[in-house]
Amino acid sequence: MKEALLEINNLCVDYVSPNGIARAVNNVSLTIGRGETLGIAGESGCGKSTLAFAIARLHKAPALISEGQILYNGRDVLKMSDKELRLFRWNDVSVVFQSAMNSLNPVITIGEQLTDVILAHKQVSYKEATAKAVELLAIVGLPGDRLQSFPHQLSGGMRQRVVIAIALALEPKLIIMDEPTTALDVVVEREILNELYDLKEKFGFSILFISHDLSLMGEIADRIGVMYAGNLIEFGDAKTVFSKPSHPYTKGLISSFPTIHGPKERLYGIPGDPVNLLSLPKGCNFNPRCADCMDMCKVDEPKLLDLSVDYQAACHKL
Amino acid sequence: MGTNNTPEVVLSVKNLIKDFPIGQSNNKKNFMRAVNDVSFDLRKGEALAIVGESGSGKSTGARILTRIYDKTGGDITFKGQPLQEFVEEHGTLEYARQVQMIFQDPFGSLNPVHDIYHHIARPLLIHKRGDKETIKKLVYELLELVGLFPAVETAEKYPHQLSGGQRQRVAIARALAVDPEVILADEPISMLDVSVRLGILNLMADLKDKHGISFMYITHDIATARYFAEKTAVMYVGHMVEWGASDSVTQTPQHPYTQLLLSAVPEAGKSGRRDLGAKKGEIPLWKPTSKGCPFATRCPRVLDKCSDSFPAITKVADEHFIRCHNI
Amino acid sequence: MNNTISQDANAPAHTSEFKKKFKLAIKKTRAFFHGNPPAIIGGFLITVILLGALVGPVFAKHDPNKRVARPHVAPNAEYILGSTRSGRDVFSQVLTGARKTLSVALFAGLIATVLAVGVGVTSGYLGGKVDEWMNFITNVFLVFPQLPLLIVLAAFLGQVGSMVITILLGVTSWPWGARVIRSQTMAIRNKEFIVSAEVMGESKLRIILVEILPNLVSIVFGGFLGTVIYAMGAEAGLGILGLGDATEVSWGSMLYWAQVSSSLYTGAWWEMIVPASALALTGGALALINMAIDQVSNPKLKTGPHMKIWHRMNKETKQRRGLV
Repeated sequence: MKEALLEINNLCVDYVSPNGIARAVNNVSLTIGRGETLGIAGESGCGKSTLAFAIARLHKAPALISEGQILYNGRDVLKMSDKELRLFRWNDVSVVFQSAMNSLNPVITIGEQLTDVILAHKQVSYKEATAKAVELLAIVGLPGDRLQSFPHQLSGGMRQRVVIAIALALEPKLIIMDEPTTALDVVVEREILNELYDLKEKFGFSILFISHDLSLMGEIADRIGVMYAGNLIEFGDAKTVFSKPSHPYTKGLISSFPTIHGPKERLYGIPGDPVNLLSLPKGCNFNPRCADCMDMCKVDEPKLLDLSVDYQAACHKL
Repeated sequence: MGTNNTPEVVLSVKNLIKDFPIGQSNNKKNFMRAVNDVSFDLRKGEALAIVGESGSGKSTGARILTRIYDKTGGDITFKGQPLQEFVEEHGTLEYARQVQMIFQDPFGSLNPVHDIYHHIARPLLIHKRGDKETIKKLVYELLELVGLFPAVETAEKYPHQLSGGQRQRVAIARALAVDPEVILADEPISMLDVSVRLGILNLMADLKDKHGISFMYITHDIATARYFAEKTAVMYVGHMVEWGASDSVTQTPQHPYTQLLLSAVPEAGKSGRRDLGAKKGEIPLWKPTSKGCPFATRCPRVLDKCSDSFPAITKVADEHFIRCHNI
Repeated sequence: MNNTISQDANAPAHTSEFKKKFKLAIKKTRAFFHGNPPAIIGGFLITVILLGALVGPVFAKHDPNKRVARPHVAPNAEYILGSTRSGRDVFSQVLTGARKTLSVALFAGLIATVLAVGVGVTSGYLGGKVDEWMNFITNVFLVFPQLPLLIVLAAFLGQVGSMVITILLGVTSWPWGARVIRSQTMAIRNKEFIVSAEVMGESKLRIILVEILPNLVSIVFGGFLGTVIYAMGAEAGLGILGLGDATEVSWGSMLYWAQVSSSLYTGAWWEMIVPASALALTGGALALINMAIDQVSNPKLKTGPHMKIWHRMNKETKQRRGLV
C-alpha cells in the first residue's frame, strides 16, 4: 500500500450564486499515493475541476470550501497561512490548465514566463534561472531558441508542452492536470502523452488527471474516480472501473464511446441531460436518468460502499 | 443516376479547390490553398464522414457547399445540375432550403435574445410554409421529432435555459424545418457532454434512415465517424488521402496518415509510450504553387517522388481508395 | 397561396397572452430592482427629477422669469430655495430649467445614439470597404473638439439657441459609441446564429434589425445614458460661459447668472448651489442606473446580495477552521 501523498477527507465546495447555493463538490474523500496517477472522470458540472482547484486553494468568491480537510503529507492545506500556501504552491503542487492559450500570457515571451516562475520561488540569479528554463524546455522536447517566442507563434501542442514545462519548474510532487489534451488533435495528444510517460518515469511525481475521456483514463491512470453532480460515485483500480464498472452511470459513460474495433452496434449513452446543481433531485442525484432506478433511490442518497479492497461505489443496487 | 443497389447521388463534388488570401487584402496577394483537388459524392439517405485534424480543410468544404464561400476551382453538381445553374434556375432561397447546415457550437448557433419558437418558426416563415396556425403546429411537431418534450414548454424557453444537447437538437429541428435533402453537420457533437453525444448521433441516424436525408458529417473523431457514417473520407492539409466504406477505411487503413490517426487514439488498458512511426516534421502551409504530397514531411514510407507530385487514385479494395505513391 | 403571414410570430393573439406578457414584464422589473442598490437609488432619483421637470412648473408658485422678490433673499417659507440677484424665485427656476436642460440632453443623446448605432452596426456587419470608409469618418469626428467648436460658433452667431446646441452635441458625440458598437457587432457577426440566418436566406437588413440589434440593447442603452450625462454637462458648461441663451431659463443659464452676480462671494450660496446640485444629482442618478444595468446584464460581476451571503459563510468557515 503506497503511502498517501494527498488525502482528501469529506470535502465540500459551495458556489453562492444569485439563484441559490450550489454544492459543486459534496463530501468527497480520496487519496493519492506517491508516484500514482489518479484519474477523475465526469462530465460538465460534476465537480471534478472544482475539486482539483480546491487542492491548490485556487477558489475565489463566490466559491467557498465549506467543509472537509485536504491533508498534504499530514498538513491541512485549508489551514495554511498565506506564507505557507505560497511555499506549498508550485513547490509541492502545480497545475496544468485546459487551454494553454488561457494560461500563457500572450504579451510575454515563453522564456520570461519560465524565468518568472523560477525567480518567484527561488533565490537564484537571472542567468541561472534562464539556464534552468532552457533545461526545462529540453525536458519537454522543445529547442532552447523557443525562449524568445511568444505563445501565438507556437502550435497548440508546443504551447501545451510549455505549460507542462512551467508546471515542472520546481519539481513538484503532485501535478494537477485539468483536461490537458482535450483541445488538441489526437496525434498531438499522443505526443504529449508519450512525453508525460517519460517525465513520470524520470521524476516520479503523482498526477491528478481530470478528463471526460474515459478511454484515455483507462490508459494512463492507475486508479479512477468517477464523479457525478458533485458526488464521487465510483472509485477504484483503473482496469476494473473500465472493464467491470459497478455504478449505472459509469456503465452508461463507458458505453457512450463508440469503439473503432468493436462490433458495430447501436449504443445509447445516457438519456436525459446533465444535472442542474441548483435543483438537485431528491435521493440519488442520478435517479432521473438511471435505468435501474428503484423507489429507494428517489428518497435516500446512496453512500460509498466498499465493494472490495480499495474499490468503492455509491449505489443502492449494490 | 442510381442503380437498384446504390442510392442516387444528390451532391457531387469534383476536383474542388479553394484558395484564401493571406495578409492584407490590398497588398501583394499571397494565397493559401485550403482545399486541393477534393472529390466526393453524397448519396440519398447516406452519410459521408469527413475526418481530419484542425487545418485539414474539412470545414471549408462544407462552407463552400452552403455557399458561404465561393469555390476557386472544380465542379459542384446538385441533383444532376451544376450548382450555378441550379441557383439561377431555382433561386438561392431554394438551394438554401435543400442544403442545410448544423454547427459545432451549441451556444453560438442560437440567438440569445429570441425564444426557441422564433428560431424554428423563422425558416418556416421565410420559406412560406403556411399560415400562423400551420406554422405553430409544424414547430411543435419538429420539436417532438427531435426529442424535446414537452414541445409547447420548450418553445417558450430561451437558449440559455436549455442544455448544450438540447440546443443542438433545436439546431437540428431548425435545419429540418424546411425539409432539406442534405444536412452538413460540422462537428455537431464535439462540444457536447459525452453522455449526450450518442443521443444526437442516433437522432441524426434516424433522420437519415427514416427520412432519407443525406448527411455530411465532419469530425476529428474517427470512432464516431465509423459509428454513424456509411462512408468515410480522411483529409490532410486540404487533400483527401483515403476514402471508402467506413468499415474498410477504419479497420484496414492503407494510407500512412490514416494509420497514424488510428494508432494515436487512446485505448484503455494499453498503457505506456506508443511511438507512432511518424517522423517529426512540419505540417506544411499549402499554397497553389506547392507540389507533391502534403504528408511527405512526416511519412514513414516517404519516397523521392512524394515531393514531386500528388499521387493518383489507387483502388485498394471494393469501395476503398487511397492516394499514395508507396502502397 | 398564403400572403398574409404575420411577420411577428409572437404577436399576442388573445388578451390572455397579453396579460401573461404584462405579468412577465412586471416580474422582470421587480427582479431588476431586487437587491440592486444602484437601481433603487438611481431609479428613485431619476423618477423624482423627471416628475419635477414634467409637472414641477405647475407647483412653482412664482413665474420664474419675473421679478417676484427682493434680490438674494435667503431660503424661507415663501421662496423655498431663495431668490436670485434679480429677485427671481430659484425654486421655480430650477423646476422650469429642468425641462430645458433635460430635453437638450435627452435629444442630443438620442441623435448621437441613432448615429452611433447606424454607423457602428453597418460598418461592423458589412465590413470591407464600407467599414474602411466609415472608420475614416468616425475618426475624423472623433477628433473634433466639441466645446471649442461650439464656442467658435457662438462667437460667430452671437448667441446659440438650445436647438443648435442639441443638434451640435448630437452630431459630435456619436463616434465613441460607434466604435464600441462596431466591435460588438463584429464579435456577434461571426457567431454561428448569424451565419445560419444568412444560409437560411434572411435579408441583410432583417439580420441587422432582428438578429444583431437586440443583442446590443444593453450597450446601446448604456451609451445613450452616458451621452445624456455628457450632453447635460456640456449644456451647463456652455451656459455658464454665457454662450447659451441667457434669456431662457435652464440650469446652465442659472449658473451663468449666479456667476455673473458673484453669488458665492456675496454669500448668496443658494443661487449657485441649487442648479449645481440639480446637475450633480441628475448625473449621479443616470450613472447609478447605468451601474444597475451592468449588474443585471453581467451576473459574473462580484456584486449583489449573494455576496453578502458568501462573506458570512466564509467567515463562519474560517472560524471553524480556527483561522481567525
